[in-house]
Amino acid sequence: MADPDVLIHARGLSKKFGEFTAVDGIDFDLSRGEVFGFLGPNGAGKSSTMRMIGCVSPPTEGELTILGMDPVTQGPAIRARLGVVPQEDTLDVELTVRENLLIYGRYFGLRRDVIRERTAQLLEFVQLTERAGDQVEPLSGGMKRRLTIARSLISEPEILLLDEPTTGLDPQARHVVWDRLYRLKQQGTTLVLTTHYMDEAEQLCDRLVVMDGGKIAAQGSPRQLIDTYSTPEVLELRFSLAEQEQAAEKLAEIQAERLEVLADRILIYTTDGDSALDAVRARGLEPATSLVRRSTLEDVFLRLTGRRLED
Amino acid sequence: MAQSYATRQFRFWLTNYRRTWQGSIYSGVLNPVLYLGAMGLGLGTLVDQHGTASLGGVSYLAFLAPGLLAAAAMQTAMGESTYPVYGSVKWLKTYQAAIASPLRPADLFHGHLLWTTLRLTMNSAVFLAVMALFGAIRSPWAAVALPAAVLTGLAFGAPIEAYAMTVTKDTSFAMLFRFGIIPLFLFSGTFFPVTQLPAVVRPLAYITPLWHGVALCRSLSLGTAQPGGSALHAGYLIAVTVLGVVIGNRTYRRRLYA
Repeated sequence: MADPDVLIHARGLSKKFGEFTAVDGIDFDLSRGEVFGFLGPNGAGKSSTMRMIGCVSPPTEGELTILGMDPVTQGPAIRARLGVVPQEDTLDVELTVRENLLIYGRYFGLRRDVIRERTAQLLEFVQLTERAGDQVEPLSGGMKRRLTIARSLISEPEILLLDEPTTGLDPQARHVVWDRLYRLKQQGTTLVLTTHYMDEAEQLCDRLVVMDGGKIAAQGSPRQLIDTYSTPEVLELRFSLAEQEQAAEKLAEIQAERLEVLADRILIYTTDGDSALDAVRARGLEPATSLVRRSTLEDVFLRLTGRRLED
Repeated sequence: MAQSYATRQFRFWLTNYRRTWQGSIYSGVLNPVLYLGAMGLGLGTLVDQHGTASLGGVSYLAFLAPGLLAAAAMQTAMGESTYPVYGSVKWLKTYQAAIASPLRPADLFHGHLLWTTLRLTMNSAVFLAVMALFGAIRSPWAAVALPAAVLTGLAFGAPIEAYAMTVTKDTSFAMLFRFGIIPLFLFSGTFFPVTQLPAVVRPLAYITPLWHGVALCRSLSLGTAQPGGSALHAGYLIAVTVLGVVIGNRTYRRRLYA
């Protein structure tokens, strides 16, 4: 490959399962040191893409190069340089925390003393040192996820793949995971992650693609995407159920870039939320609650697909 | 590299075994002691009183023991190749974790076959030792019955494991046990010569791997083995094993590389 800093290169990449097309001709490039995200709802094709990158699912069509190699013929050589955190925990719950790292280190052909040294460092990193000798089964969901992250790092991978790293975790556990991932990013690890949480994508990703129905709807940095596909501010209004429909009609007259009527609230996209709220009140409408906020990736997704992310 | 990848998976099973080895040694000794005691000695006394011409002129114990050796290898292979393999892909998903490393599906398969080979060697060696203690061995050639028993086990282990990768409900194993393993155990010449079977069903016995394993182990233990016959039995068992490996390479890949 021409540019050694392009770690993953995909053109027209597709994955079909029989009649069903999970990934439909996507293009992207991943550069060394960046945190790259696939943002989209469940079923958008994110996990299928990750499995193709992880060399455990041969592409149906298109071009895919990872670390300059072909995933179909050079899978073992590529996987030796990848770390994978799967969506579903695949820890051996019958073994101890330390044994899980030992087994995994051996899969990569590491020597026992190297594994021992890295295990100590990694358990420190994911705050599981005290649980080293414990069986995995009784650990909490957050601990298991952190152990899975430690396990994926045992081989000191050049690229770390994380499929929905915080799905199913409670808010506190999510923040601990985010903190660890942020540290990896600071250390210069190249991360590829999928998520359907816009806050996760916004906090961690340097660059992301928005996926929907197996296709890439848009790509760029979170800031670029918001600037391109949304307005600086959003006014969120809630009306009582009886008033909502009528209010929506009246609001259509307001000078705003865009109006979204959701089941439970109305979103007004504008450069100035406060003056938009004044304009709403000037029309004699009194919302039950109102909120002026900045645009997020959720708004980008809504704009691009007409649907919400976490539905 | 394939060799070393398979070894990595083999070492996983070895590490895993550290939690259960005591129980398995216990049952590895108890199984031959109970069977040889109850059937070889207990039932054998009655059989021997009626004359042992149809058994080739040896005591029932000496006739039965090598047959059980082969049948026990089949049972060991069945145990190792069903739930542990199925659980790795269905419940624990440790196979899914392993294929994210450099290991390929076939490496997992071969690593587990290596493991099955070790378990078969352990159990068969213990079985032969118990046979010796019961005085059920008639020839020094019985030592060769060890690899023969291991081969018999692999002729079941490889195809059953190949099948286990295609199974989506674990009740399939109960069916396999009930309609495959148990009939083979009873009618493949383990407890009585297949010449006692009606002539119509006798060819059925000859195509089962267990009959070949039983015949091979028995001829070695009794010292009646002939080069031609032994080569035929061993060749058949090897062919079935190789077929199982070829099919398993595909079923492993299909299950794990979607």
